[in-house]
Amino acid sequence: MRDGAVLEASDRGKLAFLALAFGALALYPLVGGSFGIGLATKIMIYAIFALSLELLVGGTGLVCFGHAAFFGIGAYATVLLSPGYDPAELAWLLPACVGAAALYALAVGALSLRTRGVYFIMVTLAFAQMAYYVVHDTPLGGGTDGIYLNARPVLGLVPGGFELRGGLTLYWFTFGALVLVFAFLAVLLRSRFGRALAGIRVNEQRMRATGFATYPYKLAAFTISGAIAGLAGFLFAVKDGFVNPELLSWHLSGAVLIMIILGGIGHLRGALIGAFAYVLLQEFFKSEAIFGEFSRHWLLGMGFTIIASVALLPHGIVGIGRQLAERRARAARGGGKESADEPA
Amino acid sequence: MDAATFLIQCLNSLQYGLLLFLVASGLTLIFGIMGVINLAHGSFYMIGAYMAYALAPVVAATAGGGFFTTLAVGFVLSIALGYVLEWAFFAFLYEREHLQQVLMTYGLILVFEELRSLIVGDDVHGVKAPPLLAGTIPLGDVMTYPVYRLFISGVCLLLALAMWFVFARTRLGMTIRAGATNREMVQSLGVDIKFLYRVVFAAGVAIAVLAGMVAAPVSSVYPGMGQSVLIICFVVVVIGGIGSIKGALLAALLIGVVDTFGKVLLPQAAGVLVYVLMAVILLWKPEGLFRAG
Amino acid sequence: MSPPEPARAGGAEVLLRCSGLTRRWGGLVAVDDVSLAFERGQVHAVIGTNGAGKSTLINMLAGEIEASAGRVELMGQDVTRWSQPRRARAGLGRSYQRTNIYPSFTVLENCRLAAQAATPRPWHWWQPAARCQASLAAAHAAARRAGLEGVLGRPAGLLSHGGKRQLEIAMCLATDPQVLLLDEPLAGMGAEETERMLELLAELRPGHAILLVEHDMDAVFRIADRITVMVNGSVIASDAPQAVRASAEVQAAYLGGH
Repeated sequence: MRDGAVLEASDRGKLAFLALAFGALALYPLVGGSFGIGLATKIMIYAIFALSLELLVGGTGLVCFGHAAFFGIGAYATVLLSPGYDPAELAWLLPACVGAAALYALAVGALSLRTRGVYFIMVTLAFAQMAYYVVHDTPLGGGTDGIYLNARPVLGLVPGGFELRGGLTLYWFTFGALVLVFAFLAVLLRSRFGRALAGIRVNEQRMRATGFATYPYKLAAFTISGAIAGLAGFLFAVKDGFVNPELLSWHLSGAVLIMIILGGIGHLRGALIGAFAYVLLQEFFKSEAIFGEFSRHWLLGMGFTIIASVALLPHGIVGIGRQLAERRARAARGGGKESADEPA
Repeated sequence: MDAATFLIQCLNSLQYGLLLFLVASGLTLIFGIMGVINLAHGSFYMIGAYMAYALAPVVAATAGGGFFTTLAVGFVLSIALGYVLEWAFFAFLYEREHLQQVLMTYGLILVFEELRSLIVGDDVHGVKAPPLLAGTIPLGDVMTYPVYRLFISGVCLLLALAMWFVFARTRLGMTIRAGATNREMVQSLGVDIKFLYRVVFAAGVAIAVLAGMVAAPVSSVYPGMGQSVLIICFVVVVIGGIGSIKGALLAALLIGVVDTFGKVLLPQAAGVLVYVLMAVILLWKPEGLFRAG
Repeated sequence: MSPPEPARAGGAEVLLRCSGLTRRWGGLVAVDDVSLAFERGQVHAVIGTNGAGKSTLINMLAGEIEASAGRVELMGQDVTRWSQPRRARAGLGRSYQRTNIYPSFTVLENCRLAAQAATPRPWHWWQPAARCQASLAAAHAAARRAGLEGVLGRPAGLLSHGGKRQLEIAMCLATDPQVLLLDEPLAGMGAEETERMLELLAELRPGHAILLVEHDMDAVFRIADRITVMVNGSVIASDAPQAVRASAEVQAAYLGGH
C-alpha cells in the first residue's frame, strides 16, 4: 500500500513477488499430487480469509477477534441452503452465502463499532461466541456433530458448466477467487474509500475534524470484510463437504489474526504469506513423523511459535527487511537518541 | 414457578454472579491498572479447578489436610505463579499495542492448555465438597439448598469486601489507584512501580485461581472451562465498563440472573441470552454501565 | 458575566457565534457563560493563562466535546447538536495545538486526504485516489499557501517542528472552510517562521473569520482585530486591541508582567 513512507518495498519488488506467488500457484497442479492439491486449496481458502481480515486490521485499524463467525456462517449457509441430496445452483448459492455472512457482519458491525479499542476486541469476540452458540446448541446448526454437504454445487446456468467437486476443479475455482479478491482489495485500498480507511487507522480524530463521518466508512469496511470471509467459508464447506461449529470458534478467529500478523500487517501479500506459513507450521507440529506421539500436543508448539513471532517479528515476515534496516540505522546512529522528528 | 424454586434460582443466580465477579474483577483490574488485556485469565480459573482436583490427594498424603488446607496451599502457589509470570512474561506486554497483547496471551492459553494436558490429562473430573459443607439446608417444606453453594457465595462476598477495603481504605490501595492514573508521578515519589504491578498481577491471578478452586465441586473440572469463563468475563467487563469494579459486580449479577433464569425458562436459547443482553446494553451505553472508578 | 457583544460594523458578516456557552466537568466549570461573535474579515484572538478554558472553548465550537449549556451558530444555523464532521463540512475548520497529522503519509497525501473530505465520493471504488484531480488541486493550493511546496514528497513525521505546524494549517485550509479555529499555530516557532505564519494569517483575513488562540502576545497584538481575554473560564474583556491593552482589569488579571 502506498503511504509514501520511507523503507517501503519498491513497487517492482512487490509485483515480482506477486507474479512469483501466483505463478507458483498456477503451476503447482503440474507437480502436486491429490494431497498436495487439497492442501494448497486449503491454503488459498485461508488466504482469502486472511485477506478479508487484513482489510479490517491492516487497512482500517480495527482489531476484530470474532472473524470466524463470518467464515462459519458462509460455510453453514452453503450446507443449509443446499437442497438435501441434489446439487444447488452455484450461481445463486455463492452470492447467497456471501450475503448471509455480510448480513451478520452488518449487524455485528453496527453495534460493535459504537465501541473502541479494547472494548471492540471483546465485543467482536462475544458476538462471534453468540453465533457459535446458536450453531452449537440449537437444532438449526445440527449441534456438535455438524452437517454434511451431500452434493456439491453445480454451475448449471451457463452451457458447459461444471460441478464444483474437490480436486482440480475446486483448486482452479479457488485460485480464481483468490486472484479476484486480491485484485479487488488492492484497487479498493488505493481508492478514495481505501485512503479514507487508512486515515481512520492513522488518525481518526483528524479525519472527523476535516469532515469525514467515520462510522459509515468503518461499517462498510466491516461488512465487506465479513462478506469476503463468508466467501472463504463457502469454499471451505465445498472443499470438505462438512461443517461443524468449530468453524465459528474463537480459536479460528485467533488463528486468522495470527496469520496476518505472522505475514505482516499492513500488506496484502502479508495475508498470503501468513496463511501459507500458518498452515505449514500446523502441518509441521502435527506431523507424527517428526514428533511421534508428542504430535498430539501440537498446540504447545503453535503457542510458543505465536508468542515468539509476535515478540520477535512485530512486523511479520514481510517486515523482516524493514526490521533489519531499522536495526542497522539505529546502530549507525550509535544507538543514541532518535532524531527529533521520527514518526510517532 | 413456585416460591421455593424461585428462591433457589435466585440463590443460584447470586452464586454464579458472584463467582463471575471474582474472576472478572481480576481481569478488569489488570487491564485498568496496567493496561494489559490478558486472554489467559480464564486459564488461571482452569488452573485453580485442576489444582483443587490434583492437589487434594497430595495435601492429604503429606499433611493430612483436607479441603481448606488444599485451598490455602493453592492460594499460596497461585501467588507465586502470578509473581513469576508477571516477571517472566507480562512485564514485557505493558508497552505493546493491544493486538500484540491479545495474540501473545492467546499463545499463552495454548501453552497452558497443553501443559495441563501433559501433566493431568484431558479427563473430566469431579471434586467432592468437604464433609463440613456437604449438607443441605431446608427451604420451605419440600426443597433444600446445598450448603456448599452458600459457601461459594460467602467466599466471593468476603473477597469482594476485602478488595474494596484494600482499594478504598488502605495506603496500598491508594498507591495502586494512583499508579493506574499516573505511573511516572508515583515512581518519582519513590514507589517501586514494578513491584506494585507485580503485586497487583499476582493478586489478580490468585483471585482467579481461588475462584476456580472454590467452584470445582459444583462446576466439575474439564478442559474447556477456562475459555468459557473468559468470554463471559469479557461480557461482564464490556457491560460493566472497563476498569470499574462496581460495574463488574453489577454486570456479573445481571448476567447471573439472566443466565440462571434463562436456563430454566428458555433452555434452548440459554447460551445466547447473555450476548443479547450485551447487545441491548451496548445500544444504550457503548462504554458500559460505569466508567473506570 | 460576559461583556455585551459588539455592535456589528457596517456590513460585517457574523460567521460563527456562541451564546452562553458553558462546560462543566462535575463540580468544575471549565467554560462559563461565554458569548462571542466571529466575523468575516476579522482575526479574533482569544488569550488567557493556562487553564483559562481556551482549548475547551475551541473544542466546543468545533464540536469535539458537547456543551453543557449554550448555543453555537454557524453561518446563521444552530449547530449546537451537530457532530464535528458535520460542522466541518459546513465550513468550519480547525488546527490543533498538539500537532495532529498523519505522520506516516507524505505531506501531499496529508493535504490531499484532508481535501478529500469535501468531495469524498467513496463509491467510485475503482478510481485511484492518487489521481483524484479535485483533491489534488485543493491539496497543492493549501500546501502552497502554507509554504510547503518544497517538501510535498516527504513523510510528514519527518518534518521539522515548524514544518509540522505549517502542515497543521495546510490541512485546515484544504477543504477551504470559511471559519478557521486556530489553536496556538505559532507554538514553538522561530522568528522567521512566525513572520511567515502572520503573513499567511493576514492573507487569509479578508475571506475568513479567524479565531486565534495564542500565547505569543507580540504576534497577537500585531495581527488581531479583536481580542477576548479569558480567566478561569469567563470572558473578562472583549474589545479592540488597544482597549484591551489599556484595560486595568486585564492588566491586573493577565498582562501584569508585560
